[in-house]
Amino acid sequence: MIRKEIIALLLAGGQGSRLGVLTKKIAKPAVLFGGKYRIIDFSLSNCINSGIDTVGVLTQYQPLKLNSHIGIGKPWDMDRINGGLTILSPYLKGEIGEWYMGTANAVYQNIDYINKISPKYVIILSGDHVYKMNYSRMLDFHKEKGAEATISVIDVPIEEASRYGIMNAYENGQIYEFEEKPKHPKSTLASMGVYIFTWDVLKNYLIEDNENPDSDHDFGKNIIPAMLKDGRSMWAYRFDGYWRDVGTIQAYWEANMDLTKKVPKFNLFDPSWKIYTPNPVKPAHYIAPCGSVKMSVIAEGCMIYGSVKNSVIFPGVYIEEGAVVKDSIIMSNSRICAGSYINKCIIGEHAVIGECVQIGKGENIPNELKPDIYNSGITVVGEGAAIPDGTEIGKNVVIDIGVNPEDFLSKTVPSGKSIIKGGECQ
Amino acid sequence: MKNAIGIILTGGKKRQLKEMTAKRTSAAIPVGGKYRAIDFVLSSMVNSGITKVGVITQYNLHSLMDHLGSGKEWDLDRRHGGLYIFPPSLSGDNTGWYRGTAEAMYNNLTFLKRSEEDYVIIASGDCIYNMLFDDVLQYHIEKKADITVIYKEMDDLSQRELSMFGIMEVDSNGRIIDFQEKPLHPLSTKCSMGIYIVSRKLLMSLLEDCAAHGYYDFVMDVIIKRIETLRIFGYKFNGYWRSINSIESYYKCNMELLQPEIREELFLQEDRKIFTKVKSEVPAKYNEEAEVRNSLIADGCIIEGVVENSVLFRGVTVGKNVIIRNSIIMQDTVIEDNVELNYVIVDKNVRITRGKSLKGEKTLPVIVGKRTVV
Repeated sequence: MIRKEIIALLLAGGQGSRLGVLTKKIAKPAVLFGGKYRIIDFSLSNCINSGIDTVGVLTQYQPLKLNSHIGIGKPWDMDRINGGLTILSPYLKGEIGEWYMGTANAVYQNIDYINKISPKYVIILSGDHVYKMNYSRMLDFHKEKGAEATISVIDVPIEEASRYGIMNAYENGQIYEFEEKPKHPKSTLASMGVYIFTWDVLKNYLIEDNENPDSDHDFGKNIIPAMLKDGRSMWAYRFDGYWRDVGTIQAYWEANMDLTKKVPKFNLFDPSWKIYTPNPVKPAHYIAPCGSVKMSVIAEGCMIYGSVKNSVIFPGVYIEEGAVVKDSIIMSNSRICAGSYINKCIIGEHAVIGECVQIGKGENIPNELKPDIYNSGITVVGEGAAIPDGTEIGKNVVIDIGVNPEDFLSKTVPSGKSIIKGGECQ
Repeated sequence: MKNAIGIILTGGKKRQLKEMTAKRTSAAIPVGGKYRAIDFVLSSMVNSGITKVGVITQYNLHSLMDHLGSGKEWDLDRRHGGLYIFPPSLSGDNTGWYRGTAEAMYNNLTFLKRSEEDYVIIASGDCIYNMLFDDVLQYHIEKKADITVIYKEMDDLSQRELSMFGIMEVDSNGRIIDFQEKPLHPLSTKCSMGIYIVSRKLLMSLLEDCAAHGYYDFVMDVIIKRIETLRIFGYKFNGYWRSINSIESYYKCNMELLQPEIREELFLQEDRKIFTKVKSEVPAKYNEEAEVRNSLIADGCIIEGVVENSVLFRGVTVGKNVIIRNSIIMQDTVIEDNVELNYVIVDKNVRITRGKSLKGEKTLPVIVGKRTVV
């Protein structure tokens, strides 16, 4: 076996609970993004475009869709004899078996996988972020600095800095302190959750950390501080491209909307840095004589008889005559029936919006059940939901996954209300 | 339908397709925004359960070979069977150039000899349709036919158009009683679709017999010569079918794909999808000035102008104040600002520079060849 200099471990087990119904049935990395992708496609494509062809994908939360999406890594050219893509899910080890207890523990539990390949370096990625990044440049930096750990950082506005893990570094980039979500941040260099470690060094820290019962087994909270304490050579690698966490409904919606701009901040048309994903088997999309599309992204297999503006439309969506879709994200194979008006809304896959339904009108009242999730004026319709004809739905409304027309007790759902199937709370 | 293998003939040069086939065989001609003609027969075979397909190539085969690759898009990259591509080869008394379809198959007789399946479906690579062959095989067996020819009533075609096809007449039992190849005066509107079912053993002996007598054409020397001695039956197909044998039919077919019923029949059947080579393009991007009506737009397009009654292939860029009507624009072509196109077929990787205006006629579209700059 040809020895690999670096392999990637992609942490794809996160639930992304602040994405509400979007992540009720799937892990955050499997959430659809940008008209045809899933969020994990960005990290996987970054790997292969950076020349990393050996990737372990660590899954845990709701992995079904993720597993079928990734398969054996064909779309990313990772179906290899030597290396390639491996899905690493938690498994029983003799008498004991346990779930991944934290990011560091997830990697610890796969030490055997890494040791078998025996790379010099490992890059730890999270499958939660939307960005294009050349990891090989970061590796060059890591080697150049003789680093034992390199953490990729991005400049964030000072008022937002307290939401991130902040690296305090000297002028030359060497990190002297790490603060997780500091109240009074000393710098604006936020960790992107992308780490390169020299494997032999990391391995010992993982083993040590695993034996510490007080540890949260988290890279940010435990491993990085422990290494800093020991005076290890740790460096901040500045990234100045587009990077989004898309961890909230608003951030997710905004990042999608970014793609509809005339010159998008995040350009997916770059032929030298393609983003790969399994391609749907669908014909080119069709715009009817009565259809109109402006400032939008439209995927294959769509049929547009209505009017679409500032929106992202995934494959196989049918928008009927007279329907208006504005500032919205419509996921695969949904149908917007005639005469409907959809404003600032995220609609999940296979949803059916009945005729003359109005969504996104009225006052901006936060959701009553989950005010911390649905508060930015965006209404979210879960996967497979069916909304009866003529329903009027306000802002910050959540329509649960698989809701039927019978679940609607009234033709009006005011802002901040929720329609939930079987009284279950999401 | 595990008991059949497929043979796709992508042979001869189609002069009627002019520049469109200057650098590619007609089976590799781009259709409907993201497909190539051969995708339709290949997908039909695969969807019918055929897992072993031989593609016999001859003329300008590079773009076809590139398109087919290992056959993985059609699920034909298999340990057993799968996709076989047969380019012409020079060996012994094989001149490397086939005079006709029977000779082409005879030169690849080992493919037939080494197969174990009982039946062979022979089809040409340049027709647009979506069908399952299971019913045809059933019919072939029920009729105890030696050869079954699939045909379609083409009553919408003119005498001139009909004379580009094989035209046949069948009796009340379905047996073919007359067959004319490219007749000046067609005896009916029953067009042979160029799809034949025949048992593998019979096909081998027919091909050997042809070769022994110096014959080389499957239609002329097998079907027409043996119409009385063999039980040759016609199977009527009622779905959509077009043969890409002229610029006129190519243009017409692409424009017909704008009709919802035809698109539905060809592309939206859950159990018989049309597969093609994937390109990992970005979903299409529409800007403020975009006005697109009655058009098919593939992934990777960026549109800022007016597009009407047209088909845009993958990665086409349409600039500002552009007006495209009734046109077909192939992959990765750039239409710069202020261009006007009407009844134009623009091939791949073309650049139409600022302010140009090209206008053809419905019956005679202007063709812009591959990689040109206008």
